Amino acid sequence: MAETFLRRRAPELFGVATLVASVLVFEALVRGGVVNRYIIPPPSDILLAFERVIVEEHILTRCRDTAIEMIIAGGASVLVGVPIGALLYRSSLWRRAMEDWIGALAAAPIVLAFPLFLVLFGRSPKTIIVMGFVHGLAPIILKTVEGLASTRPVLINVGRSLKMTPSQMFWKILFPSALPVIFTGIRLSWTFVLITIVGVEYLINLGGLGQLINELAERYDLPGTYAGICFVVMVSVLFFVALERVEAWLQPGR
Amino acid sequence: MASNMNQSAEAALVIDDVVKRFGRGQEIVTAVDHVSFTVKQGEFVSVIGPSGCGKSTLFNIIGGLLGDYEGAVKIGDERISAPHPAVGMVFQEESTFPWRTVIDNVAFPLELQGVAKSERMDRAHHFIDMVGLASFEKAFPSQLSGGMKQRVSIARTLVSQPKILLMDEPFAALDEQTRLLLGDKITQIQQQLNQTTLLITHNLTEAVQLSDRIVVMTYRPGRVKRIVNIDLPRPRTSDVVGSDAFGHYVAEIWNDLREEASRGMADSESAASRRAAHG
Repeated sequence: MAETFLRRRAPELFGVATLVASVLVFEALVRGGVVNRYIIPPPSDILLAFERVIVEEHILTRCRDTAIEMIIAGGASVLVGVPIGALLYRSSLWRRAMEDWIGALAAAPIVLAFPLFLVLFGRSPKTIIVMGFVHGLAPIILKTVEGLASTRPVLINVGRSLKMTPSQMFWKILFPSALPVIFTGIRLSWTFVLITIVGVEYLINLGGLGQLINELAERYDLPGTYAGICFVVMVSVLFFVALERVEAWLQPGR
Repeated sequence: MASNMNQSAEAALVIDDVVKRFGRGQEIVTAVDHVSFTVKQGEFVSVIGPSGCGKSTLFNIIGGLLGDYEGAVKIGDERISAPHPAVGMVFQEESTFPWRTVIDNVAFPLELQGVAKSERMDRAHHFIDMVGLASFEKAFPSQLSGGMKQRVSIARTLVSQPKILLMDEPFAALDEQTRLLLGDKITQIQQQLNQTTLLITHNLTEAVQLSDRIVVMTYRPGRVKRIVNIDLPRPRTSDVVGSDAFGHYVAEIWNDLREEASRGMADSESAASRRAAHG
């Protein structure tokens, strides 16, 4: 019984063990003077800073602010990106005309355009959300096009042989077939969205975790800064676990 | 002439002087050339020929996926130029929907027709049982073998109760033993439903095992070389492959096919040489 449990949970246990081992190695390197403690503090100091950051810096409120911005920007990227991808899939001319531009948008360092967005939307969460949304849009559009275009022709022929309408063909064959690739796009997109949101919060010193990291860094509170970064990682993990659950629910057979 | 008219009258499917050309100008390739034959109600007919004889083109024309052709494919008086509800198609490639369970795959055509859920589940269950997958109703295709997936596709086609079952090499990707056993299953279903069936295949033993008649096609352009009546007893099982009569039919049809297959092989070899010569 215990053996079966261990075998089933082996990847997770191995992952946790690797993380703990890495932390211990870092601790030894910093304490041994191999790594400068004024650049990277010892992991034990970071761990001790967690309590301070939670109690004094209202970390839960900041996590909530970042998470809300993430949900709005990430959700909007999906709601807008998937239909745009579907439209581009339908129009070969538009697809050929736009694909390279959208690819360039995905690669562009949108964070650096924050002054422009500040002028347009003011120093408010609106700026952060719009920038996250813009940066998260391209991967979803590109992966939606790719997913729809890679639908196996035989499935389309099944649809044709059953005299399916274009709408039935889209919702019952093309879209479900494309879902795994669309989810890859969502994962990429949400990575971009979170990076942009935290980055802009940091740059304009407004909002959730990015602002906190900025403030802690300004105070030269390095253990606190790294503790704040750990919370960003936790928010990211939470979003990706939730996304995995949604994906498994939508595609039970895969 | 009168006999032809009688045959047409009792036929479930008439293929009348069908021609299909691809390309333009000097690049025109005739894939199917003046092909005519009929399939009677309840009959199992196979079309056999080497690769490149236009079998799949004929499959797509009869299934209504290729509407632009000369001649006529008729069901009753209706000329087929688009998918027809009387024709149910089973494709060569695996075509189950991976995101649906077996029962949801099979019930899919009924869902499109707006059949009530309880009725479509009952009908799907009946056909899943018929193809021998009753204990796999809740399984997903990823949990099934290749042969089981093809049985799901067959059940999904049969659930609409098409007048004509049209199959394009459905067992091509399977090993010989599975193919023979699935042949038994198909024969059993066909006899149980008195299902008019047209099978497109390049497999000689499969064609003889299953068919009442076999249409032998020539290599490009695809013409009817000969139609062979298979006078093996029914009900038929895969045991028939050990009989002398079976061997006799296989040898007879192979004699017809050998020349065509050789032409096909020579053609593809010369095309490969040309490609190699052009780098």
